[in-house]
Amino acid sequence: MKRNTRGLKIIAVAVFLGLGGVAAHVAAQPGQQVIRIVAKKFDYTPNQITLKKGVPVVLELSSADVLMGFNAPDLHVRADIVPGQVTRVRIVPDKTGTFAFFCDIFCGSGHENMTGTINVIE
Amino acid sequence: MTVNRREFLKLAGIGGVVFASGLGKTASAAYGTGAAAEDFYFVQLSDCHWGFEGPPNPDAKVTLRKAVTAANSLEEQPDFIVFTGDLTHTTDDPKERRKRMAQFRDIVADLKVKTVHFMPGEHDASLDRGEAFQEFFGKTHYTFDHKGVHFIVLDNVSDPRAMIGEEQLKWLAADLAQLPKDANIVVFTHRPLFDLYPQWDWATRDGARAVGLLMPYSNVTVFYGHIHQEHHHMTGHIAHHAAKSLIFPLPAPGSQPKRTPLPWDAAHPYKGLGYRSVDAEVDKHEYDITELPVEKG
Repeated sequence: MKRNTRGLKIIAVAVFLGLGGVAAHVAAQPGQQVIRIVAKKFDYTPNQITLKKGVPVVLELSSADVLMGFNAPDLHVRADIVPGQVTRVRIVPDKTGTFAFFCDIFCGSGHENMTGTINVIE
Repeated sequence: MTVNRREFLKLAGIGGVVFASGLGKTASAAYGTGAAAEDFYFVQLSDCHWGFEGPPNPDAKVTLRKAVTAANSLEEQPDFIVFTGDLTHTTDDPKERRKRMAQFRDIVADLKVKTVHFMPGEHDASLDRGEAFQEFFGKTHYTFDHKGVHFIVLDNVSDPRAMIGEEQLKWLAADLAQLPKDANIVVFTHRPLFDLYPQWDWATRDGARAVGLLMPYSNVTVFYGHIHQEHHHMTGHIAHHAAKSLIFPLPAPGSQPKRTPLPWDAAHPYKGLGYRSVDAEVDKHEYDITELPVEKG
């Protein structure tokens, strides 16, 4: 599914099911919590996110420079972040803990440091 | 009494771990080159990151040269040497990238052994899809045969998404289709083909498909780099052996919050760095790995 919203493209739907949570590339629903994350060489802003277990949230991912990735394997979330587009990923964490996310598309010297954490609380 | 290299290593107590890659069957020796099975050994060097500068290795400008000297000092020279990627440290500047590759090529030209196989790591190839690498070192994926072993070099880095890709997987399937199921197969690649620690991106996104293609073959062993430390893992009957780096060691998977380099130890320079020799006992499908230091003592 692909459509334009406020001039920004929404990335195609892909649903991932796993033990760590439920994630989908979707548009945000009215009233749903949205967290915007900007990727640029070589960090994410913000790079520490706190979510509540069982509470849906949409991550709005964008890149300030080059093609980046967003991968949180423990929560079964991954997406390409294409410059000029917003990638929306809906996630419903189903376990508590601190989970790493990182860029999984090589973007230069410093790529390995491009990480962050998602803290899921009760 | 004649003592071959393998026996000598055992007698000297410096032999490595023997890994049987298969089920003890006798491989069909004649394929590809038609060469008969014969024991030999090769040397694996990895993750040199030529051009890197920083506290994790204040000696970065000489470490590669010292490794070349160390390899040249091996009493019996190997049949060939393989570099399993990250020859150079990445740079956004295409001119600087080529300068680093030229310097690397010139340094390793001093190796006594002239049969040297290269493959890229993500630092060499991911920013330009392997363009500069190919200018200096040739193809990023290829095969060769040596004394009854079929070697397959897989490129899982030229695609910056850490993927082998459809085209190369088809090429791999076609290559394997020519081999008997008990062929001696060694795969060289940069990143782990299995999910070693995805939280640190220590995986290949479509690596499971390559492993799936290899799985019907009873004698397969994989040597790789990327994680800057010795590591051994089995996926079914297929052994995967990661090599140390020649620039800085990385922590054990998941042993600390971030995959930051282990600090340089001034009291023990080159600690955690090294290269390895691999003795191939072809008829037994065994690979005897001996980890070697950059500097002796």
